[in-house]
Amino acid sequence: MSEAALKTEKAPILSAEGVSKRFVKRLDLAGKIAQRLGSSIREETVHAVDGVSLTIDEGEVLGLVGESGCGKSTFGRMVAGILPPSDGNLTFDGRPIWRDGKPVSKETALAVQMIFQDPFASLDPRMRVLDIIGEAPKVHGMVSAKDMDDYVAEVMQRVGLDADFRRRYPHQFSGGQRQRIGIARALAVKPRFLVCDEAIAALDVSIQAQVINLFMDLREDLDLTYLFISHDLSVVEHISDRIVIMYLGRVVEVSPTDELFDQPNHPYTQALLSEVPRIDLRKRAYQPVKGEIPSPLEPPSGCHFHPRCPFATERCAAERPALREIAPGRWSACHLNDG
Amino acid sequence: MTGGGAEPTLSVRGLKTHFFTREGVVKAVNGISFDVAPGEVMGLVGESGSGKSITGFSVLGLVDAPGRIVEGEILFQGQDLAKLREEELRKLRGSKIAMIFQDPMMTLNPVLRIDTQMVEAVVAHRDVSRERALEISREALVKVGIAAPDERLVSYPHQFSGGMRQRVAIAIAFLNEPELIIADEPTTALDVTIQGQILYEAQNLCRDTGTAMIWITHDLAVVAGLADQISVMYAGRIVEQGPVERVLDAPAHPYTAGLIGSVPGRNQRGRRLFQIPGMTPSMLNLPDGCAFRSRCPHADSACDVEPPQSRIDDGRLVRCVRPMIAQATDGTAA
Repeated sequence: MSEAALKTEKAPILSAEGVSKRFVKRLDLAGKIAQRLGSSIREETVHAVDGVSLTIDEGEVLGLVGESGCGKSTFGRMVAGILPPSDGNLTFDGRPIWRDGKPVSKETALAVQMIFQDPFASLDPRMRVLDIIGEAPKVHGMVSAKDMDDYVAEVMQRVGLDADFRRRYPHQFSGGQRQRIGIARALAVKPRFLVCDEAIAALDVSIQAQVINLFMDLREDLDLTYLFISHDLSVVEHISDRIVIMYLGRVVEVSPTDELFDQPNHPYTQALLSEVPRIDLRKRAYQPVKGEIPSPLEPPSGCHFHPRCPFATERCAAERPALREIAPGRWSACHLNDG
Repeated sequence: MTGGGAEPTLSVRGLKTHFFTREGVVKAVNGISFDVAPGEVMGLVGESGSGKSITGFSVLGLVDAPGRIVEGEILFQGQDLAKLREEELRKLRGSKIAMIFQDPMMTLNPVLRIDTQMVEAVVAHRDVSRERALEISREALVKVGIAAPDERLVSYPHQFSGGMRQRVAIAIAFLNEPELIIADEPTTALDVTIQGQILYEAQNLCRDTGTAMIWITHDLAVVAGLADQISVMYAGRIVEQGPVERVLDAPAHPYTAGLIGSVPGRNQRGRRLFQIPGMTPSMLNLPDGCAFRSRCPHADSACDVEPPQSRIDDGRLVRCVRPMIAQATDGTAA
């Protein structure tokens, strides 16, 4: 992928260049002995993220969409400073996030916060809400111990929680309220960038709408930038300025939201868009994409999508398509665009 | 609700399923009625705790203690399932009535091969040889779009992907050509492209075999594309019921309208979504009157009394004293 890919005019707040993440399943003792004795057993490598380059401008909401196993969450974790990349550079505000597998600075780590999918698993059940939200700002010296109570109350109000509940435990809250606690915890350290990993997927429809609105209000009030990871295209469509579509570890299309939905370029994007159930489409005949998502352990050669693509040619099986600019601001990785 | 004149496959009348817990009585399903005609798909929509899954379990007699059906009739082809003994119910389950669960591993036994499980399901209900049963199983797998069925028959569930497992579960549900299928959030855990495949198969199977289907989901968009009729549940009651087009285009109950408004869609990008304030009430102490009252923008003192189910002009049933469209003069309950 071209190193100059996806440059925009303003200096981006986040940029990724050729970022990859490989997970290697090491052999156990029995496996090693078998290998010594001439067995064909090998270490298995999963290319969870394979050479992703993209940029996010300050104040932008970038939607990252893909199905299970496409590497969208792994990418989010690398951005959030949780998981070191195997290759490539990630910079935040011009400074690298990772060096030699370690986060470079505390400031960056605080400025980029993550909101998780499961509001039941992401909160410590034995901590009071006061400590869940207040611990990080206290540890990092952002508030003194005596101001913590007021500070937490203020953050809770901002996300729409009743500050009187701050001495309660997570199990005393509903799913939607827990998700707000998770958001409050992230906001408590005054971040500039939020990575939302399926942050509303586990919520009921009416609660989803409340949390989407909260995200949009916070963006306005606090000038936040989002990397919004989701498998739900209608949610991403609603909230994002630009959308990145991933398939099996690679970016297949990048486009401003309206243009993506009006004229999807990549065959995978087209298939994905046509499969999304929409409330305005009635009694439709479903036309399924053929085949399953291949195992990331043995991804198909060339373009990863070619075994399921209705337009695939011989070239698609042989050669990996580069992500190319097909119109201003629009990028797609498909050989069909070469005419 | 009419099903085109045909005798309904399933007709539920005034069903109440309550759970008698130490803290009190949870009225999970509190007096609901609906019909499903042959070949028809009814979408049963609601949020967590609305009682939609318990409705499905009640029809199949799968409600465990401390819950039980306290009132109502479940007429399946004229026979009241609520009065049947356990062994009679067992004969119906898996043959005339089948269920598809959200998690396919609730249907599949992890330590048995697919062929063992499928053949068993066939010979338990039909007088056929094992060879013929294997043939039927194979055909069922082909019907749900599984490539290389012979190879798949001798595999174990863990060798399948999530989408493929769900397709096997659906194949098992259709094995004995049931008259009624209850599908409880069968595509919620699946990816979009796989969900499309499952919806496609379900649609075809219903159309081809005349099977009636209850599709339980929280996802209005799925129901919009699949169902003929829709029943919206809130706090144990059906608040609105009618043809999909009518209910989704011009919702009469404020809760339905709120739900539809909450779904992010095409023409409102970047704008604030309509949000229903508050959250679903605890089922333990439901307030008197309309359960949606505290969240409803139109509520007033008239809502302090439990609203009756009334029929509005286009034949829809609504449980609201102030439906959002004009009400028929003979507001009678079904």
